[in-house]
Amino acid sequence: MNGNMNMIGYGLAVIGSALAIGMIFAAYVNGVARQPEARGVLQGVAILGAALAEALAIIAIGLAFALK
Amino acid sequence: MKAEFVSPGPEIFDLPPIFTLAGFGVTKPMLTVVGGTVLLAGFFLLTVRRAQLVPGRYQYFGESVYGFVRNSVVLESIGAQGLRFVPFLATLFTFIAVLNIAGIIPLLQFPATSHMGFSLALALMAWVLYNAVGMKHQGVWGYFKTMMFPPGIPKPVYVLLAPIEFFSTVLVRPVTLALRLTLNMFAGHLVLVLFILGGNYLIFELGGVVGIGSGTLAMVGSIGMTFFEGFIQLLQAYVFTLLTALYIGGALSSEH
Repeated sequence: MNGNMNMIGYGLAVIGSALAIGMIFAAYVNGVARQPEARGVLQGVAILGAALAEALAIIAIGLAFALK
Repeated sequence: MKAEFVSPGPEIFDLPPIFTLAGFGVTKPMLTVVGGTVLLAGFFLLTVRRAQLVPGRYQYFGESVYGFVRNSVVLESIGAQGLRFVPFLATLFTFIAVLNIAGIIPLLQFPATSHMGFSLALALMAWVLYNAVGMKHQGVWGYFKTMMFPPGIPKPVYVLLAPIEFFSTVLVRPVTLALRLTLNMFAGHLVLVLFILGGNYLIFELGGVVGIGSGTLAMVGSIGMTFFEGFIQLLQAYVFTLLTALYIGGALSSEH
């Protein structure tokens, strides 16, 4: 077996992003269920928010491979 | 003594050059980009040549891809004033989709966008475009003013908010745009390689009932992962296009 402790750290680091993205899309589904006509506006906001939250996880996987 | 399993790492992305052209080693992703460009140009030429009122098969497919970008990306996120960006965004979407899908096409099986250079060039194009649109639409000072000093916030907060907004819009956006695409493709390709190499190791090196059984499971799983990866690749092309459209839309709207 070989491996890298960075990956365990990465797994811990993305918990925050995962929760954030889950909450963002939960709110999006709720919003669309309440007001289906607002879907277009909400979709953009939800994807933008998810992209911001996901950026942390993306930076984390980059660092997980880059740091020695 | 059985050989130990060596898990694949980032070094699998260092492909050897296929041939040398004027001192530069030409690698698979470079050829994928050239091939993808030719394929897309040929495809869209085929779809618009002899365009008819009742579309044929190719024209219908081309128009539905274009219509998807026009209706569910641009009209929903920018509005009618963003219609002049549809050609750029449709090209961006199809180009990224083709480069990503190269990652699951048998024998090719390498997403060109998993190399930072290609995604960074695309992200810089989007960065130049939305900044230029914002400066043209609101003026240079007006663009930075609406970006860094949105109205309706207590004065002391601007000390914190203005630098954060500046860094987020000018520096972080292009980097995350490129990194998101690159690292999604990177991680997806790594997972596929891990499934296949692991299955290969279990079947041929470990052997026995356990090895062959779990190795077969890994190989079957790699087929499922390939389809999942195809879905992710299309989704990432969509996300890249949608984010570019949202950034353009943000630069166009003067009230924030």
